[in-house]
Formats: sequence, structure tokens, C-alpha cells
Amino acid sequence: MAPIPGRPAASPRPGCRSRGVPGRELVAPTVVAILGALAYLAFPDDLAFFTRIIVAALFVMSLDLVVGYCGVATLGHAVLYGAGAYAAGILCVDGLTDPLLLIAAGSVAGVVAGLVTALVILRAHGLPQLVLSIAVVQLAYEAANKARDITGGSDGLSGISPGPVFGLFEFDLWGRTAYVLALVLLIATLVVLRRVVRSPFGLLCRGIKQDPDRIRAIGGTIYGNLVKMYALSGAVAGLAGGLTAVTTGVVGLDSVSFEWSAEALVMLVLGGAGTLYGALVGAVVFTGFEHYVAAVDPYHWLFVVGALLIGVVLALPAGLGSLAAWLRRLLPQGAP
Amino acid sequence: MNVLLSIAFDALAYGMVLFIICIGLSVMMGLMRVINLAHGAFAMIGGYIASYVAGPMGWGYVPALVCGVIGAALIALPLERLLYRRVYGASDPLVQVLMTIGLTFCIIGATNFLFGSAMRAIPLPALISGPVDLGVRTVPAHRLFVIACGVVIASGLWYLIERTSFGIRLRATVDNTGMAGALGVRTDWIYTATFALAVGLAAFGGAVGAEIMPLDPYYALRYMVTFLVVVSVGGAGSIGGALVAALLLGFVDTTGRYLAPNYGEFFFYLAVIAIVFVFPHGLLRRGA
Repeated sequence: MAPIPGRPAASPRPGCRSRGVPGRELVAPTVVAILGALAYLAFPDDLAFFTRIIVAALFVMSLDLVVGYCGVATLGHAVLYGAGAYAAGILCVDGLTDPLLLIAAGSVAGVVAGLVTALVILRAHGLPQLVLSIAVVQLAYEAANKARDITGGSDGLSGISPGPVFGLFEFDLWGRTAYVLALVLLIATLVVLRRVVRSPFGLLCRGIKQDPDRIRAIGGTIYGNLVKMYALSGAVAGLAGGLTAVTTGVVGLDSVSFEWSAEALVMLVLGGAGTLYGALVGAVVFTGFEHYVAAVDPYHWLFVVGALLIGVVLALPAGLGSLAAWLRRLLPQGAP
Repeated sequence: MNVLLSIAFDALAYGMVLFIICIGLSVMMGLMRVINLAHGAFAMIGGYIASYVAGPMGWGYVPALVCGVIGAALIALPLERLLYRRVYGASDPLVQVLMTIGLTFCIIGATNFLFGSAMRAIPLPALISGPVDLGVRTVPAHRLFVIACGVVIASGLWYLIERTSFGIRLRATVDNTGMAGALGVRTDWIYTATFALAVGLAAFGGAVGAEIMPLDPYYALRYMVTFLVVVSVGGAGSIGGALVAALLLGFVDTTGRYLAPNYGEFFFYLAVIAIVFVFPHGLLRRGA
């Protein structure tokens, strides 16, 4: 191939660019931290809403791990989230009050739910896989609804009042502690996940998404790696669920619903599947829009989301997150 | 005994409505490989047009059904040209899923804007609104009408696909679009005609089944999953498979609701998981 004029002849692949400069690994988490701190200072009255955005972002990132990196089609990811939320909520009602332990328990529950779900839905591909994932989330929903004694059924699980973080920081009325806790967890997760998706394991999963036969031919196992990624995704989704139980104090049936799963998928595709920023951008844009447009009229909101989805799918297949890359390409090459 | 009979009868009627709506989706998925989640939205459009024609305009039941079918097809065809064409054969099924979910959202929003959020009924003519004595027991005449419609549509479609020249072209295009095109079949016309047929059937099912599956703007979302499940269980593109799956799942769902109403759709989805595990490509798949 002839080198394209005006461009460097051999630009390194994007995935490898960070190898030489260790500092670049930390750019995205730093940006998130700065934006989070600015939001804290600029809108001190909306911290509960920002906490919700962070929970959504964590959940969408976890979905991204299986959809964007492994190519698994799922509309049932809320099972993992709901498992974490209910585990943390139930433990707290039963007397465990340390918030970090509760969130960790949620994460473990998410891993278990992820393993069980993976056993079912990774058996099929394409449409049957989608249908299996829907069936799994509907079963979980009915089960949570039925187990009224433990989960509170359709009334929701209430009475979750965790103690102070580290025994020092009480959860306050303005949601300051909750927000800071959520932001710290988000940044930590982002750092860990960035390492994971760039590790040989992460690259192998990408390979499975693109061409499973070839991966098999070069000696990679498919099922085992997908199950592993699913468990990891469960850890993150369960973390998000546990976080929401701890910060809001209630767990509703909607946390294991098909709708929540579909909403997360919509956020992921809006932002761009296959990149962690895409998941972040999608969660922020969707939840933010929802907050302001749905307040006016829920049906208008539905129409706006629908039009946005069609537009993104047809015009911007890589999601809103790809706008940033596109803008960067417009800059002169000499710019840093 | 009486309970069993009424379960069987309700299950049959429900299964037939599911079949009428899903068969269009099944043919479309078999032919165009499009996971069309907006199918329920087209059924809803048909139902709303029928309710408007039969209610405020007062034209009667049969014209209402005809208007519903034609109206929905007329609304859907431009969408096929503008939107669906772009995602035919997309390598990633999620693209289709999300575009059609987006379309569904838009249709729900538009429906609510035009008709409001209240539930809509389609007034039935006297002939099929009362009960009918079958000797064994009395049943609502409307259920009988629905079952008859299902039987007529199943046999009509079988004839259309297996016995007419359109059916031959359709099957050829399903099996190998490129080869069919090379042999002079106008495949893009076949696509359009099939799309219109699928939407028309959905609209008919939505209008006829409005008594069993009530019409409101969230109809499209509420039944979206059910339709997709029926098609997937039956095997995309198979009339027999869709019929078996619709009747089977209709039976499981109705029985579950009668005998264990507290469990909601638990049995329905349990059956789905079991069937998909045993038959990952659907109960009856064309050419398998």
C-alpha cells in the first residue's frame, strides 16, 4: 500500500500507542476525576443525580465488556446488576452496615450471577442468544417479584441504612459522601478495566468477537474466555448495583428488569460499543437527556431517544464517542 | 373439565393472534435477516387505524380491518426504503436491534401524541360480539372468529409460498439472493412486497386481536419480546414453526396464568429457555 500523502507512513496501532509513555495510561482517569470534581463544585445541589449517572456509567461499562469486547448479544444484563443491588440491600437490612463491605458483597453476587447467566446464554449465538438473555432476565424478575419476603417484591426493598464509610464519613442529606464514594469507585474501575482490555486476555476476547474460528485455529479457547469476561463484567455490574443500594437506600424490581437492560444497551450504542469512553459518554448523555427531557413529557423523551438511536445507528455507527476521534483527526498533524 | 376446556380455548385464540402477528416477522427474518423489533409497533399502528375507522369514523368492522392493514403497509413502506434497506444483512445484529428499537420508541411517541395514552377499543359488530353455544360450552364468538382467521391465514400463506410463482421467487430469494437475482428475479421488489405483506399481517393481527391484547401506546414495547421469542422458538422463516411455536407458547402462557396467576410469565420464559436449549435453531427451520 502506498503511503497516503500528508500522513505519517507507518503510524503505530492505537492499542499500542500507550506502551512507550506510561503516563498516558492515566490521562482518561485524570480527566474523569477533574470533571467529577468540577461537577461537585459547580452543582452541589444535583449530587444525587450525578451519583445516578456514575452508577449508570459503571453498569454500561460492564455491559461493554461483554457486548463491545466479546460480541455477545445480550438484553438481560440487569440480572448481574440486580444481583449486586439485592445482595447489598439484603445484607444491609440483615445488619451488615459497612458500606465498602456491602459493595464488595454486591460485586461478588454479580460474579455469581454472571457465571450462571453465562452458562445459559453463551450456549447460543445471534438471535437465540438474544432471546435466551431476555428469558433469563424475565425469570430473574419474576423470581425477585415472587420472593417478597426477602426482596420486598414490587414494593421494593427499603430500610437500607449503611453506616459511615471507613467509620468516618456519614452519608449526608446532600449526597456528598455518596457522590465522592461513587466517583472514586468509577475512577478505580476505569483504571483496572483499561488495563484488562489492553491485556493479552482483553485482546483475545476482541479476537473472539471478530473471528472465533481463527482464534480456535491458533489454539485459543472460546467458551472459557467468554465465561471469564462475563464473570468480570458481573463484578463491575454487581459493584454498580451494590453502589446504588448503598447510596439510594432502596432497591426496586426495575433493577432486574428487561427495560433497564435495554436502556443500558441503548446507552452503550449511543456512546459507542467497544471503547470504555464510549460507555461513559453514552451513560452521561443518555441519563442527562433523560433527566431534562423526561421531566417535560415521558413520551417526548421516548421520541427523542428513538430518533437519536436511529440517527446514531445509521450515521455514526461507532457512537457519539467516535466524534472525539473524528475531531482529533481534523486537527493539524503537528499538534500535540 | 370445564376449566381445561376454557383454558384450551383461550390458549388457542391467544396462540392464533400470536401466530397472525408473528408470521410476518418470521418471514421477514427468514428472508431479509432483519431482527425487526418494530414489528409490534406496526401491529399497533394497524390496531389504532382500525379503532379510529371503526370508532370515530363509524365505517364498520370489516372496512376498519382493511383500512388498518392498508394504512399500516402505507406507513411502513417508506420506512423500509429509508431505514431498513440500510441495515439488511448488517454483520452485527445489534445494529438492527437498536435501529428498530429506536423506531419503536418513535412510533410510541407519535401514537401517544396523535391518540393520547388511554386504551383503545375496536367496537365489534353484533355478529361476533356475543357468546356462541358450541354444545359443549358457550364461548365468545370473537374468539372463534380469531381462530378462524388464524386458520385461513396459515393455509393462505402456505398456498402463496408453496404453490404460486410469487412463492417460488420468494423462496429462491430466501435461499440465495444473488443467484435468484442472476436468474432474473427482481429481488428488491420481492423484498418490498414481503415487507408490505409482513406489516399487513401484523396490522391485521393487531386489529383482530385487540380484544385479547389491548391497545395502548406501550403495546409495541409490551409485546415486542413475546413476538421475538415466538419467532426465535419457531425458527425464522418457517410457517409451520411459527404456528407450532405460537400455539405452544400461547398454551404455556395461558395455562400458567390460569393455574398459577402469581407467577406471571415465569412458565413462559422457562419454556422458552428449555426449547431454545433443545432446539437452538428453532423448532422447524427452513432448509435445515
